[in-house]
Amino acid sequence: MAVLLLGEVNDGELALDPTAKAVNAAKALGEVTVLCAGASAAAAGAAAAKIEGVAKVLVAEHPALSHRLAEPTAAMIVSLAGDYSHIMAPATSDAKNVMPRVAALLDVMVISDVSGVVDADTFERPIYAGNAIQTVRSKDAKKVVTLRTSAFKAAGKGGPAKVETVDVPGDPGLSEWVEDKVAESDRPELTSAGVVVSGGRGVGSQGDFALIEKLADKLGAAVGASRAAVDAGFAPNDWQVGQTGKVVAPELYVAVGISGAIQHLAGMKDSKIIVAINKDPDAPIFQIADYGLVADLFQAVPELIEKL
Amino acid sequence: MKVLVPVKRVIDYNVKVRVKADGSGVDLANVKMSMNPFDEIAVEEAIRLKEAGTADEVVAVSIGVKQAQETLRTALAMGADRAILIVAAADAHQDIEPLAVAKILKAVIDEEQPNLVLAGKQAIDNDMNATGQMLSALLGWSQATFASKLEVNGDNAVVTREVDGGLQTIKVKLPAIVTVDLRLNQPRYASLPNIMKAKKKPLGEKTAADYGVDVSPRLEVVKTAEPEARQAGEIVPDVDTLVAKLKERGVV
Ligand SMILES: Cc1cc2nc3c(=O)[nH]c(=O)nc-3n(C[C@H](O)[C@H](O)[C@H](O)COP(=O)(O)OP(=O)(O)OC[C@H]3O[C@@H](n4cnc5c(N)ncnc54)[C@H](O)[C@@H]3O)c2cc1C
Ligand SMILES: Cc1cc2nc3c(=O)[nH]c(=O)nc-3n(C[C@H](O)[C@H](O)[C@H](O)COP(=O)(O)OP(=O)(O)OC[C@H]3O[C@@H](n4cnc5c(N)ncnc54)[C@H](O)[C@@H]3O)c2cc1C
Repeated sequence: MAVLLLGEVNDGELALDPTAKAVNAAKALGEVTVLCAGASAAAAGAAAAKIEGVAKVLVAEHPALSHRLAEPTAAMIVSLAGDYSHIMAPATSDAKNVMPRVAALLDVMVISDVSGVVDADTFERPIYAGNAIQTVRSKDAKKVVTLRTSAFKAAGKGGPAKVETVDVPGDPGLSEWVEDKVAESDRPELTSAGVVVSGGRGVGSQGDFALIEKLADKLGAAVGASRAAVDAGFAPNDWQVGQTGKVVAPELYVAVGISGAIQHLAGMKDSKIIVAINKDPDAPIFQIADYGLVADLFQAVPELIEKL
Repeated sequence: MKVLVPVKRVIDYNVKVRVKADGSGVDLANVKMSMNPFDEIAVEEAIRLKEAGTADEVVAVSIGVKQAQETLRTALAMGADRAILIVAAADAHQDIEPLAVAKILKAVIDEEQPNLVLAGKQAIDNDMNATGQMLSALLGWSQATFASKLEVNGDNAVVTREVDGGLQTIKVKLPAIVTVDLRLNQPRYASLPNIMKAKKKPLGEKTAADYGVDVSPRLEVVKTAEPEARQAGEIVPDVDTLVAKLKERGVV
């Protein structure tokens, strides 16, 4: 058995954390070959070659592969698929865009957001916003799988594995990139941060969200938000934590002014320690919090910042 | 322009999900079912395209049990022009996998020839996030997933997508599949007169066999289990105690 694993490459750089977590989940299934695809991907390939458990790296460079558009990226992966029993990727928004397309082109089912690898055919995945964990056994000849990174530890350093370049089928010409709006930040990345501070509707305004950010900076944390806070414009979309946002499992998760709707819990309930600050003693978030503080956040958060 | 909107009947998002004691799945007997929330957003967007004069017909399609008729009536009450139900399961517990759904949708699309398909980004029951992408692959069409903004101009659509790093805008050739995200719009409620009117709108019915699609699953469900429950911890009286506890645990 052999695994082709799509490395997470952004603007020519390897996102090490999600890729190393996916490698760790995949390596029990067979020899792992990491594919780094992009307009430029050689540097990413060199970085991937140093992940423990990687046997080989394939570098695919072509202008059509920039910005990870689904159609050319899926065609690229399918052109390599013959040699592998498993095609896997960390469940990033790029992979969620591409991998179902790959699966359909191969006439197999995709197995999305896998949180546990049981054996070569059998996988666990959360369904119903994490209210149930389903174990599924695939009858398909090839398995196309995305891996929920918060469920796996990152593989360490190793290698270097050998790096080869591969031919690119080219551009089907169905879509083109227009622009990216990416907020630059010095804060850690949300899905790999050790500490996450999230704000909800209770924060009240975009201006007051600065309080959440200040607490985050004090803790060296990434900033998250509930859907309600994003919908209201307090926070950008890529901060949303939950069933339909990002899934995080940091050492410490601090939820401020968040009620604890099931869709929010789906994205953070595997955090090691959960702290909730909410003025409503009956807020459901307290049912899963390790430490709950019933207080007005506008008093508690400044005090917390001062005392930390 | 014709817009096709696949809508899925799912457990209502407010219902507390219970796993069956025998581990065979989630108990759907006598629970409230609704249209997948993402699909409401897709229907809304299609209707807005019609109201803006960009689209001239909106067709809603559902694949599943007979009762998905109710979901289609909701789409019609919101403003869709007609609906197609493809009966493919006898029981709500028998869910149809995205690959089979995509194959059936492809057959419907071959007949209907829409220029745009607006689907939900994911169904909130199985959270697969796959059907739109699979359909797009089978048709060889362009795809734009996780849309928070959609602009249709002639033979292309400009779509802003919610991605991990922020927002990405792409231009796709029509016909295309667009899957919609939460912030694309705020779906309307159907008014009572429109609910009444919807009862008279055409709702065609077919079966998966009519399209020659094999819906037998590729993924066998071995078991369905409750996740490990998290215990509630303690309520701390003040910020000082909170800081002390966190220091004790070594996280600050
Ligand atoms: C299809 C679908 C998908 C969804 N996906 C997600 C998702 O991915 N992520 C997500 O988060 N949600 C998601 N939701 C939304 C979810 O159901 C909730 O509506 C949302 O999480 C609520 O956000 P909130 O807790 O910030 O707001 P609210 O529920 O309004 O809670 C605000 C809380 O703030 C407290 N508060 C107010 N003022 C103060 C104060 N001064 N001091 C202290 N506390 C205060 C209140 O007591 C209250 O508990 C989804 C919903 C649907 C239908
Ligand atoms: C209780 C339970 C029992 C199950 N039993 C089985 C089983 O016996 N065999 C088996 O193989 N699998 C079973 N499954 C797994 C299941 O079949 C797939 O995982 C599931 O179909 C994933 O699809 P999704 O709805 O998440 O699609 P997504 O890809 O997340 O859906 C995205 C969008 O596609 C469109 N769409 C999706 N489905 C439809 C539809 N039916 N009609 C119209 N539009 C649609 C909608 O626009 C939707 O928003 C079961 C799952 C559960 C929870």
